[in-house]
Amino acid sequence: MDLKTLTYIVVGLSFALYIAIAIWSRASTTGEFYVAGKGVNPVVNGMATAADWMSAASFISMAGLIAFLGYGGSVYLMGWTGGYCLLAMLLAPYLRKYGKFTVPEFIGDRFYSKTARIVAVICLIFISFTYVAGQMRGVGIVFSRFLEVEILTGLAVGMSIVFIYAVLGGMKGITYTQVAQYCVLIIAYTVPAIFIAFQLTGNPIPQLAFGSTVTGTGDFMLDRLDQVVTELGFLAYTTSNKTTIDIFCITLALMVGTAGLPHVIVRFFTVPKVRDARSSAGWALVFIALLYTTAPAVGAMARLNLTETIQIGAVGDPEGNLAYEDRPDWFGRWETTGLLTFTDKNGDGRIQYYNDANANFAAQAAQYGWAGNELRVDNDIMVLANPEIAQLPNWVIALVAAGGIAAALSTAAGLLLVISSSISHDLLKGTFTPDMTEKQELLAGRAAAAVAILIAGYLGYNPPGFVAQVVAFAFGLAAASLFPVIMMGIFSKKVNREGAIAGMLVGLVFTMGYIMAYKGIFIPVLIENVPANWFLGISPEGIGVVGMLLNFAVAFGVSKVTAEPPAHIQEMVENIRIPQGAGAAVDH
Amino acid sequence: MDKSGAAYWKRNLRLVTISLIIWFVVSYGFGILFVDAMNNITIAGFQLGFWFAQQGSIYVFVALIFVYVANMNKLDREFGVREDD
Repeated sequence: MDLKTLTYIVVGLSFALYIAIAIWSRASTTGEFYVAGKGVNPVVNGMATAADWMSAASFISMAGLIAFLGYGGSVYLMGWTGGYCLLAMLLAPYLRKYGKFTVPEFIGDRFYSKTARIVAVICLIFISFTYVAGQMRGVGIVFSRFLEVEILTGLAVGMSIVFIYAVLGGMKGITYTQVAQYCVLIIAYTVPAIFIAFQLTGNPIPQLAFGSTVTGTGDFMLDRLDQVVTELGFLAYTTSNKTTIDIFCITLALMVGTAGLPHVIVRFFTVPKVRDARSSAGWALVFIALLYTTAPAVGAMARLNLTETIQIGAVGDPEGNLAYEDRPDWFGRWETTGLLTFTDKNGDGRIQYYNDANANFAAQAAQYGWAGNELRVDNDIMVLANPEIAQLPNWVIALVAAGGIAAALSTAAGLLLVISSSISHDLLKGTFTPDMTEKQELLAGRAAAAVAILIAGYLGYNPPGFVAQVVAFAFGLAAASLFPVIMMGIFSKKVNREGAIAGMLVGLVFTMGYIMAYKGIFIPVLIENVPANWFLGISPEGIGVVGMLLNFAVAFGVSKVTAEPPAHIQEMVENIRIPQGAGAAVDH
Repeated sequence: MDKSGAAYWKRNLRLVTISLIIWFVVSYGFGILFVDAMNNITIAGFQLGFWFAQQGSIYVFVALIFVYVANMNKLDREFGVREDD
């Protein structure tokens, strides 16, 4: 059977599974629609959280990013896992105890203010749309690469699938679909990694192969990698050219941002007990860590494989570079997608892959007769082409396609749900039309989900500039706006309405303004985005940390000079700190 | 909050503080601030600072959460605030 047919079958089967689950787990009450009736087992919720969390970017792009950044890629590895410690210890159990449906609802109640609730809704909607547009784009890209259809067709199919299970099933449908999606994506990710690890080092466990010696030599893989890449003028793999303060701030912004992302937080509203919320964060991280500890191994192995495929002999020896006509099959196949391009700049019929941006290496390259780097490699290839590079059977390639789609769909569904619930529950029921019946609210939630899917699809097809800045915008703004107010709402009895609103607005405006000024989003670039111009040397990706500190400082300052929260709010804070007495669970 | 509630909260805060200090040291300490010094130590094929940044800190994060969960479950029982099974 040819690859395309096989891919259609595997992806089709995975879709049939998701739809079957959606029909089985339809939501019939608002409680089921928003928080799956609060009856989800903590391990199951952990798995759903992991799928919700790991996006198309984690699955398709991260390993490739790490492959080219080396140590610099660590910001994503630590940044996108460490936030779960903050969730487990600072937010999840208390929000579960509070026991309602949405994040803005908590902010509105704790700070006894509809304004605070609406500010939170605005933050949530902006963050979530930025994030979801990237997911829809990911769905379109995977479809177009593996199934050779137009991006628009791929998007339409992806949107229909999400529509069926998010609109029908709400949180309950999404939860159980995400469990299935996690299984698909983790198998698709680890199987090729295990084969490549075994081929390269003889050790099948990627996490260990990463520190093993390369088969047939006595060299450790990372030492060898450092050596081959530096000989080609690249930065050593285990170092980075980012400053320490920037690495520090980006990592912190990603961690705090993770803990402040509404679609992640809301997953912990679905478990039966407070202690389940704590352990569920641990399980989520176990399932996430399976992929996140494999990714750096995949990155390093892929970089070594790629470099040694091209640089077959000594650097500088004319025979040391692969002749274009000898290129392997997968090379040719990925050339047709445009993700891999070769231009024979010096006309020698051989491929030179080196760092032509390195001024210190230029003289040496000229001496070798090289006229510039001839190979352009897209980050995404490192995962997408992995099974072919390792010469795995076609069904593994088909599985990778299904895995990429699963990663994108599961994240998109989670995001669409928090968008729709903040509209139907926070804006309509909570603010503008409080007389709605439960049935009407459920209908409004479904309608909002449907509209959100259409907007997300449009943004995915026609991505505006801000969509490419997911890291800066979604994480930076979550870190600077939502995380601090939620945390202060739990850990301080004294932070009041005025403090919370002022803090959120200052964090939001500062962070957004900084990113817009350097990245030229919505407005022209005001300041050139180079390290010399950055505030304290912090890039727009890490600036959320400063926004967060401003949020805390302003909130405490304003709270000091205004009236303290009323007694019943202080009692509410004391009450959420103690597990006993949380709302009852509903059986599934 | 009554007296035992306040004591429970204080114990919880101490646990969180200790956990987050470890959280900070393995990632921001070993993996970022002191990465060069840590890289002078190699175990198997790993420079230790690089290993903490790309592997070790993640393992420690997982362990920290489960240790915290176990300690909190104990604390909940000790103060009689555990939810019914």
